[in-house]
Amino acid sequence: MAQKVLMKGNEALAEAAIQAGCRHFFGYPITPQTEVAAYMSKRMPKIGGTYLQAESELAAINMVQGAAAAGVRAMTSSSSPGISLKSEGISYMCGSDLPALIINVQRGGPGLGGIQPSQSDYWQATKAPGHGDLHVLVFAPNSVQEMVDLVSRAFDKADEYRMPAMILADGMLGQMMEPVELEISDEPKPLPKKPWAVCGHNNERKHNVINSLYLQAQDLEELVVARFERYKLIEEKEPMVEEYLVDDAEYIVVAYGASARIAKAAVRQAREEGLKVGLIRPITLWPFPKKALQKAAAHTKAFLCVEMSMGQMVDDVRLAVECKVPVSFFGRTGGIIPTPAEVIEEIHKLTGGNQ
Amino acid sequence: MAVIYKRPHALQDVPTHYCPGCTHGIIHRLVAECLDELGVEGKTVGVAPVGCAVMAYDYFGCDVIEAPHGRAPAVATGIKRALPQNVVFTYQGDGDLAAIGTAETVHAATRGENITIIFVNNAIYGMTGGQMAPTSLPGQVTQTTPYGRDVHTAGYPVRVCEMLSTLDGVAYAERVSVDCVKNVNRAKKAIKKAFETQIAGKGFTIVEVISACPTNWGLSPNEALDWLRENMIPYYPLGVYKDKTAEEVAGNA
Amino acid sequence: MRDMNAVLAGFGGQGILFMGKVIAYAGLYDDKQVSWLPSYGPEMRGGTANCSVCISDEPICSPLVNNPNALIVMNLPSFDKFIDKVVPGGIVIVDSSLIAKKTERTDIDVHYVPATAMAEEHGLKGLANIVLMGKLMALTDFCTIETMEKTLQKIVPPKKQHLVAKNMEAVRLGAEYAE
Repeated sequence: MAQKVLMKGNEALAEAAIQAGCRHFFGYPITPQTEVAAYMSKRMPKIGGTYLQAESELAAINMVQGAAAAGVRAMTSSSSPGISLKSEGISYMCGSDLPALIINVQRGGPGLGGIQPSQSDYWQATKAPGHGDLHVLVFAPNSVQEMVDLVSRAFDKADEYRMPAMILADGMLGQMMEPVELEISDEPKPLPKKPWAVCGHNNERKHNVINSLYLQAQDLEELVVARFERYKLIEEKEPMVEEYLVDDAEYIVVAYGASARIAKAAVRQAREEGLKVGLIRPITLWPFPKKALQKAAAHTKAFLCVEMSMGQMVDDVRLAVECKVPVSFFGRTGGIIPTPAEVIEEIHKLTGGNQ
Repeated sequence: MAVIYKRPHALQDVPTHYCPGCTHGIIHRLVAECLDELGVEGKTVGVAPVGCAVMAYDYFGCDVIEAPHGRAPAVATGIKRALPQNVVFTYQGDGDLAAIGTAETVHAATRGENITIIFVNNAIYGMTGGQMAPTSLPGQVTQTTPYGRDVHTAGYPVRVCEMLSTLDGVAYAERVSVDCVKNVNRAKKAIKKAFETQIAGKGFTIVEVISACPTNWGLSPNEALDWLRENMIPYYPLGVYKDKTAEEVAGNA
Repeated sequence: MRDMNAVLAGFGGQGILFMGKVIAYAGLYDDKQVSWLPSYGPEMRGGTANCSVCISDEPICSPLVNNPNALIVMNLPSFDKFIDKVVPGGIVIVDSSLIAKKTERTDIDVHYVPATAMAEEHGLKGLANIVLMGKLMALTDFCTIETMEKTLQKIVPPKKQHLVAKNMEAVRLGAEYAE
């Protein structure tokens, strides 16, 4: 077992990508994710990989598209405003069924917003990372260790389902150091074969074409419908969720990523007060773990969604429980991190006062 | 009977969608002939643009990816970095390369990205039906410059080869035309040299091809070629703008 | 101290972030839960630097410390910024060589240590941060002196191992300082 070391979230994430077999990184500097690029610029040349600082986020995501099309594991990393720029490439990659990894170390928005941690890109990540009928896999780690674990899973699942995957982190997770277990090797990992890649046919097969243009409406619909069949399978098989003290809970807090850490502390405190409160933490945001919420709704009086936003995931919680149980919301935005005390106060509002 | 003319292997046996008199067909053929003659079709990856040549992926026999509008040089960069031993080319029009994709073009060039760009300059947006292009000439009437391109409001055309020739990463830049047999032959020579330069690992190569768009210029194919000779070539002089091919590659010497 | 939620603050170049890493690693080697979070962004550009460090037996919820129970300050702006945020009963260590100001709060445990002057007197220039950390260790027992030595040996790069002894001297100097 690897020894525990302290690593910054951004750096751990970068190393985890290398361990997952990624040798091609294309990026553009933006706070608070720049350490990912800096780390890659140090590591990639030493292991025969590519680190390329692109002229723009647009160029970076399209370089990822090219490398992914050529059949390698490729990634880019950015923060909120940069992800908006990348949405073009994300849409094309979805339309061309290309696997790749996109990191969003979220900061406050809209516009330039701020540079402090935020979760206000939930809608963008899960509903419309680009134009068109599409989804990307969205993983939301809540610790440095989970960043590491999910990077490798994200690459694997992206390859398995031939679609982009996103790690939706935030400035807090990216900047903080925590103990992490991570085996570091310079040996490339064997990767799945990609017979669809454009890598030269060597006169041994018909030419491969990677494309998202279908001028015949019928053809396009057929493809989109087939893609949504795959999405259905993913929604069936791939949701990930952490349930904490849920079995007997009368009230359940729902939170992901950094805010789930705070929510968990609040839940612990509520339990000390004798309140039956639990936590559901979606780890995949798309596919959203609807079943866990539906199951909990059967014995829960109310849900409280806690986010670092004005309320985005709360929509999915309400949809999941089909409004059978009240769902309330508490959030801070613009880079303010909610405190356990604030969450406790909200829990008290639900339970009708302290005790 | 001896075969003296046939379809190049690197060109698929399918009808193209190009308009009568369009010079894309000639340029496709020249690229395919070069891939055949260099024996590299099997290791080539093409990048198609957004514009009239968007469906080039159906025409070239090599592997092809279709890029977002203007991003072909970035997509090609990703492919080439993943497959440095392969031949990678983009095929782009003037709107794609010199308007929406200017940044990608300039930066791929200045990085000396070891790719080849075939740049088709016909001074108009063909695919969308004849709007002003970054390379439309001063005074040129288009759907979006109905009174002629007024340089005071619409600015001046971009001379791509001249601009890129100032960048150290560019190994080879030449402007050619396909308006007559002599120029077609020269164009082929230039395209072949660009691919050879890439194969030798010498850096970024671009061949700008002055091209005709009879449909959107509102001229017959012959009139279009006359217009090209009388108006475009004076503004976009043919010739070699950069040639570092004689130099040895650093570390390769 | 069951849980330490520390803020360390001063100018860039005083070794604020490094001091935070030492404390976090010491916690790690004692099998505690730890986190370290630097301030980032434009506030760094002004030359000030601060970081939050948490050591706990329980999983750490937020690595951002708004209300520290332990504070080390090495410049006046940081003193002014954080002194009122310390929780009642919290420990504050002030480098009094660099900060002449005293707090009027009586509900916190403030220690004025002329760390910069002490370090210079003992030929430990540049280790004022470690002197202050030694004092914090003595006051809070966030780790033992043995753990501290092991920590420094581990995180000081192999080429600079000769500096471990100097760092330990600075730790002891701070730990043994009597006001």
